[in-house]
Amino acid sequence: MPALADHRPDPDELLKRVEAEEQRAKRGKLTVFFGAAPGVGKTYAMLEVARSEMEREKRDVVVGIVETHGRYETGALTLGLELLPRRKLSYRGVELEEFDLDTALARKPDVLLVDELAHTNAEGSRHAKRWQDVEELLDAGIDVFTTLNVQHVESLNDVIAKITGVIVRETVPDSILEQAAAIKLVDLPPEDLLERLREGKVYVSAQAQRAIENFFRKGNLIALRELALRHTAERVDAEMLAYRRAQGIEQTWATTEQILVAVSPSPYSARLVRAARRMATALHAKWFAVYVEPASARKLAPDAQTRLSQNLRLAEQLGGEVVTLSAENPSEELVRFAHEHNVSKIVIGKPLALRPWERLRGSFVDRMVRLTGDIDVFVTAGDPEDGEKVAEKAATAPIHVPSYVAALGATALSTGAAWFLFGRDQLADVVMVYLLGVVLVSARVGLVPSLVAALASVATFDFLFIPPYLTFAVADLRHGVTFGVMFFVAAVTSGLTQRVRNQAAAWREREARTAALYALSRELSGARDAEQVLRVAAEHLERVFESQVEFFLPTSAGRLLRVHASAGFADQGDRELSVAQWVFAHAEEAGLGTSTLPGGKVLYVPLMASGGIAGVLGLCPKDPARFTELEHRRQVDAFAAQLAMASERARLAEETERARREIEAEQLRSSLLSSVSHDLRTPLAVITGAAGTLVQNEPHVAEASRKELLQTILDEAERLNRLIRNLLDMTRLESGAVNVKKEWIPVDELVGAALGRMETRLAGRDIRVELAPDLPLVPCDAILVEQALFNLLDNAAKYGADPLEVRATPQQGEIMFEVADRGPGVPAGHETRIFDKFHRAGAEASAGGVGLGLAICRAIALAHGGRIWVHNREGGGAAFRFTLPIDGQPPPLAKSEETPSVRDSKP
Amino acid sequence: MNETGPLILVIDDESAMRRFLRVSLESHGYRWVEADSGREGLAQAAQRNPDLVLLDLGLPDQDGLEVTSRLREWAKMPIIVISARGQEEDKVRALDAGADDYLTKPFGVNELLARIRVALRHAHGAAGPSAPSIEVGGLKLDLERREVFVDGREIHLTPIEYKLLTLLAKHAGKVLTHRQILKEVWGPNQSDHVHYVRVHMAELRKKIEQNPARPTWLVTEPGVGYRFRDRPAESAD
Repeated sequence: MPALADHRPDPDELLKRVEAEEQRAKRGKLTVFFGAAPGVGKTYAMLEVARSEMEREKRDVVVGIVETHGRYETGALTLGLELLPRRKLSYRGVELEEFDLDTALARKPDVLLVDELAHTNAEGSRHAKRWQDVEELLDAGIDVFTTLNVQHVESLNDVIAKITGVIVRETVPDSILEQAAAIKLVDLPPEDLLERLREGKVYVSAQAQRAIENFFRKGNLIALRELALRHTAERVDAEMLAYRRAQGIEQTWATTEQILVAVSPSPYSARLVRAARRMATALHAKWFAVYVEPASARKLAPDAQTRLSQNLRLAEQLGGEVVTLSAENPSEELVRFAHEHNVSKIVIGKPLALRPWERLRGSFVDRMVRLTGDIDVFVTAGDPEDGEKVAEKAATAPIHVPSYVAALGATALSTGAAWFLFGRDQLADVVMVYLLGVVLVSARVGLVPSLVAALASVATFDFLFIPPYLTFAVADLRHGVTFGVMFFVAAVTSGLTQRVRNQAAAWREREARTAALYALSRELSGARDAEQVLRVAAEHLERVFESQVEFFLPTSAGRLLRVHASAGFADQGDRELSVAQWVFAHAEEAGLGTSTLPGGKVLYVPLMASGGIAGVLGLCPKDPARFTELEHRRQVDAFAAQLAMASERARLAEETERARREIEAEQLRSSLLSSVSHDLRTPLAVITGAAGTLVQNEPHVAEASRKELLQTILDEAERLNRLIRNLLDMTRLESGAVNVKKEWIPVDELVGAALGRMETRLAGRDIRVELAPDLPLVPCDAILVEQALFNLLDNAAKYGADPLEVRATPQQGEIMFEVADRGPGVPAGHETRIFDKFHRAGAEASAGGVGLGLAICRAIALAHGGRIWVHNREGGGAAFRFTLPIDGQPPPLAKSEETPSVRDSKP
Repeated sequence: MNETGPLILVIDDESAMRRFLRVSLESHGYRWVEADSGREGLAQAAQRNPDLVLLDLGLPDQDGLEVTSRLREWAKMPIIVISARGQEEDKVRALDAGADDYLTKPFGVNELLARIRVALRHAHGAAGPSAPSIEVGGLKLDLERREVFVDGREIHLTPIEYKLLTLLAKHAGKVLTHRQILKEVWGPNQSDHVHYVRVHMAELRKKIEQNPARPTWLVTEPGVGYRFRDRPAESAD
């Protein structure tokens, strides 16, 4: 590993330190009162410091929870300090009191005293452990004073168990201690402690009496004291190193060592993990905890699975990076990983006993030593955790009866075939028949039935074919070799078969997982909006994890809202919502199978997107046990990641779309403004001018001029009116204020109404109306369609030359309207844009209008589900056409109306 | 000021509008009284008992529709509502509630005067006996013999078409909503079948109009109903 030639601090390292400092500044400070054993006076020391903080520094100090165990001196110190009420809860009929985290968070003092960091919370609390409560308090910016004994430190746990013989289950991860701003060692020589114990000054609960007697031996106390002192000293060392780094004093710039520990489901693995952690701390090295899943192995038994998860979680808690690999050959894969990550030291376990074939082929340790080359391999022996001896065993399959029937049946068949084909004379052939039977059977069934088949074959062979006949005695020793070969063939064949089968099963499972993930991502990529993303994801999650699914998304105020839930998944109310809220705030999973609220029925997973946490996923599985499986949880994580990405993508797409629409609206507004300010002002200026002239110079204006001025005013007012009407129509159509009210309308009425409104404007123009006979009724909004026709006529009258032609022709499922003229036509390239808002085909602004008329026509045609287009006619001129679909049938007319009239109507 | 002309009540909150109406009405021999709110309009109507009411639908204090119904509780004088374009539904509702006609802003003086004349004529005519026949241009309705002639040629109509035509012709110049026509021709129970009116009107046009798409007599009022035009249009859009 190359040492850094440069002595300047690495910028990344510096950045990390700055970030860590910023983080620390926001977080509360943790002060740990650290002791070697109960009774050294940690709580007392903590209270003393707290009092002085309050009295001298005038800080707001509150006691969250302190156990005085009825000791007078300690109790006296709490006087004058604010005590938080404890949370009362009943667990299986027992009334318990616990530290109340929510009240503490709400109270938010400067300093909070929380005794006994290693305490395990009663079931039903938010966190399983008190140190997790403390983490949350620190996150909330509250300084915390707490107490801890050395035996509760995770990485020292096993060492101490060895020294004292007492196993402590309540442990605190080292990371918490590393975060502590200060560790105050409360030291008391063992003699004094024993003295205090004799005086009854050390609290000992009745149950622990006997264990405690063992514990408080002088030898133990000396060892514990040494550990506590050493641990504190190590920390001082670390602080020194940190100081040196900060100052750029670089002499012992650690070569970045990397350590790898091989983890297995074995109960011994926890010890390995701790050993690796101690080594890593000593070397200031990064470390990996790696589990290699043998690709062809059978699935782990549930308890082994659980132990593996525990071991990996332990490694994670101790600060290791957990990696799970899958390979046919674990040792090779481990070494490959080690080389890839520049690992310098590998920690592996020492097998307790070698299996027979390991003696032959070399054990895992041998192989590792052989393969690793320049990497150091540390082989550590160990006792299983908790002193329990757990036999390692693969999941035992239940006895599969048909296999045994097949095994015995094959033997019987072989016997029959051999007997009738060869008889007792051709022993070599008989053996071949039996061998064939055994091979056929063991290729299909497991190891044990194969061996049964081999055994049965050997037995019948011996019984029927080997003299002396009809006994199991063997006269010739050479036959022993035959028996051996048969057994061997059976074992090897079934072993191979089994291996292939396991491999296939493993691949199938992996394939299924990948396929499920692929299916999800494929469908998600097709989802158009966030809502659809959630719906698709819910379907997949429900199916793949056999769970009920719920999603929480944040509102703009940062509160979570349950936006989606599987059918029948009852809303769990505030309690569940508060868990989801916690997950959202901390970006960590909680609930079922996690370290926070593990007792819940629902697993909450944060949806982490690149832009932060996007929401929370809740899964309530039918079979909660499955969720402790590592593979399963990883699958959940993979799904959550996919979902988070997809919903982020959907959100971004929506945002982009909104932004695009806003820009468009903005552009429209500005072009509207410029257009309107011009087009409104022109007629206004004319009207104002003309009217002004008339008012001021009335007597002097000649009669003809007066008429002209008045006519101008009228025309311009008319123009203004048209303009405003178009603007209003367009605005209403665009804003969706207009809903199309379809009624069955005769075509001639539509055309007639439009022509009727145009009557004065069209006076003197040559207008030709061609309506096909028997035009059907058209389902449309009469006012809108009449408006569209009016606008087209208006347009034609303005820009086109006579004759103006209006046509309506029925077509397949629709009716087409056409307004055509003989004017200059539409300039090439403007055929589509001419329907855009504020588009004018030339510089004919003087003709009036804002370029909205055709845009309105298009909006109306589209609103009816029709089309609109324009083309230039042969011989000059433009033809505007639009269609309206004819869906359904008009309601029938009442019969009485059909009666012919004239006869009865005439007298 | 003409002391004998018909008295017209103008209810409009826009003073410019009132001024325009006042000038136009005065110069054509009408007497007028004005109100700038619905409440005052109702009070003036009760006090002065005008011959005709011009009512703006967009009043600040009261819905024009409400004013119409309140007036109709006791008064029979014609009401012409004034509204902006795009308020077709309001117009129809006002007409169904008892208003006699409508004007769409902006409108010309000629159009206003024509509507007033028609309304006043119908108000007076309603009392007297109806004429035995109606003759407008080339169209002749013999109400006694139930015969219809266009340019002297007899036209055969179904009873519905005949009823439709006579209904509109009797209210010549006045708008009738689809609903009013339905009620009069088909009876009060058919009010949902507006398309009956449209279909039969189309048939009727084909029979009596020279060019059904550009009708001379049977004019469509888009979104509102139909009007029988007994004289050339004074003003369109």
